[in-house]
Amino acid sequence: MTATDTPIDNGVNVEALLGVRDALPETPDMAQFQWRATCSWVKGTHSRSDVNTFYGFGGEQEHKSTFSYDADHPLAFAAEDHGSTPVEYVLVALGSCLTAGVASVAQQRQIQLRSVHATIEAEMDLHGILGADPDVRNGFSGIKVTYKIDADATPDEIKALVAQSQKRSAVFDIVANPTNIAVEVN
Amino acid sequence: MPTVTTVVIGAGHCGLAMSRCLADRSIDHVVLERGEVANSWRTERWDSLRLLTPNWLTRLPGYSYSGDDPDGYLSAPEVVRLIDDYATVTDAPVRTSTTVTSVQQSDGGYLVHTDQGSWQARSVVLASGACNLAHVPAVQEAVPAGIIMLNPMTYRTPDRLPDGGVLVVGASSSGIQIADEVHRSGRPVTLAVGEHVRMPRVYRDRDILWWMEASGLLDERIEEMPDIVRARSLPSMQLVGSPDRATIDLNVLTGMGVTLVGRLAAIRDGQAQFSGSLLNVCALADLKLGRLLDTIDAWASHAGLNGGAAPERFAPTELPASPPLTLDLRNGQIRTIIWATGFRPDLSWLDVPVLNRKGQVIHDRGVTRSAGLYLIGMPFLRRRKSSLIDGAGPDAQELTAHLAGHLDAPA
Ligand SMILES: Cc1cc2nc3c(=O)[nH]c(=O)nc-3n(C[C@H](O)[C@H](O)[C@H](O)COP(=O)(O)OP(=O)(O)OC[C@H]3O[C@@H](n4cnc5c(N)ncnc54)[C@H](O)[C@@H]3O)c2cc1C
Repeated sequence: MTATDTPIDNGVNVEALLGVRDALPETPDMAQFQWRATCSWVKGTHSRSDVNTFYGFGGEQEHKSTFSYDADHPLAFAAEDHGSTPVEYVLVALGSCLTAGVASVAQQRQIQLRSVHATIEAEMDLHGILGADPDVRNGFSGIKVTYKIDADATPDEIKALVAQSQKRSAVFDIVANPTNIAVEVN
Repeated sequence: MPTVTTVVIGAGHCGLAMSRCLADRSIDHVVLERGEVANSWRTERWDSLRLLTPNWLTRLPGYSYSGDDPDGYLSAPEVVRLIDDYATVTDAPVRTSTTVTSVQQSDGGYLVHTDQGSWQARSVVLASGACNLAHVPAVQEAVPAGIIMLNPMTYRTPDRLPDGGVLVVGASSSGIQIADEVHRSGRPVTLAVGEHVRMPRVYRDRDILWWMEASGLLDERIEEMPDIVRARSLPSMQLVGSPDRATIDLNVLTGMGVTLVGRLAAIRDGQAQFSGSLLNVCALADLKLGRLLDTIDAWASHAGLNGGAAPERFAPTELPASPPLTLDLRNGQIRTIIWATGFRPDLSWLDVPVLNRKGQVIHDRGVTRSAGLYLIGMPFLRRRKSSLIDGAGPDAQELTAHLAGHLDAPA
């Protein structure tokens, strides 16, 4: 940790988060969350997803406003490119989750961040989703995240930040580990 | 160097069916076999295995089952005897203990090298089998030391396994049979289930393969298939040949106490990780079975076969709400892993430029782009039943006709 005179502020309210953790032993149900999105087909491969409500802290919650996301395929796929591809949203989710984690951990460790920049790259072999080769998986064959971080800390402290962020990241876990998926039709 | 019009490589039922069809057209040929006739049934099958195809469906050109149990299923030694008899009655010119080490183009034909000398031939038929190697996914490298690993070619009987838990990977024909007998032996089985083809052994009082044969499904041709890659890579049917004609599907295995998990996706830090797609692969298999039975029922009423047992639908595959996603491979609970994850041909000796980037022979219904070089015995080569004994006859007849045309064509 780097000693400094001005208070460390990465804009993360760590006290509030830790307060929640301290409150959990008495009210463990507060920790039960449900995240939601809806997705409607627009046309072709274009769809729009909305995110507004979620459940958590013991009750129904709402975002400040409804967030909308267009997903489509690029022109090169003979689609109209109204938005990122769904797989790119996975990269967005992973990068933003890890980066939020870096900021939170830095705050807790009293490390002042000046800039944090991640590049997320994922390889994919299209033989899979095209059904052209049953031995090739549909999903990514690998994901690489590269961080550039400018902070008041030693290189090893910065590496430790990034490592701890992965350890506590929801999206990292979701992508790295299996999850049961139930898809129903009503 | 001896010359011959056609060299057939492999004396399994496909090579012998080919030999019989060539003889019918007086095309001189030899059948080269690295072991003995029916080598794979002698050396590569587990002890309890019976054919999943009933005896009446065990037909080859000029041969059909004449025993007193047409609805039974042959054991591996009985299959050996049958194929041996077939080689004898067809007087097939088999050279046993002759391993082909390379095949090359030469002089408008082929040079076939073996460990017993070389042959010059105008045409070559690859009948060396679709199942020479057990395919094991790369995750095997991460299996912790101390766990015994087997596959359907090296597995023989449950008694040879150490006591303790067994992870069977793959729930197609081999996987469910092995899971069933290993679990019965008192070794608790966890079965990793990917895509599979669910089948009842008996439907409306008849063998399911009777319905598939009678309704024309087994004869469906590759040209009729909307997706050739998909048709050729379909997993084998979840069927077992047993004297009591039992169905062994995932519900039966669950009922016995087998634990179902998703497809084995990875092994990390000694933990096996299973895909969360189990619900979906089972839903797919249930829906597909429903469509098969719809087709059969429609055919039956069209054919006026309305007597006998009424149409029936089977209960969906039952699964726990949250199937386990991980399994610790280091705590001693699992002592053995059996990879029932499919087979691959071994054509490493084929030096003719007909292979794709994955080392598979590029062919159009068994006809390669190298004139005079043919392939038989691959899944859905020409028809759905191409991989079954009953498919060898029509495939061999058609390929022999093509081969004869090639020989007649001016050089
Ligand atoms: C476990 C299992 C169960 C099956 N059950 C059934 C069933 O119930 N019903 C059914 O109809 N089908 C079944 N099949 C599918 C199919 O009938 C068998 O795979 C059958 O053995 C295929 O016959 P084949 O002649 O194509 O190949 P094989 O029987 O494998 O014969 C190929 C021959 O080529 C020889 N050979 C290979 N390489 C060389 C070389 N370089 N030089 C010389 N010789 C060589 C081999 O020794 C072998 O004898 C099953 C397959 C497996 C693996």
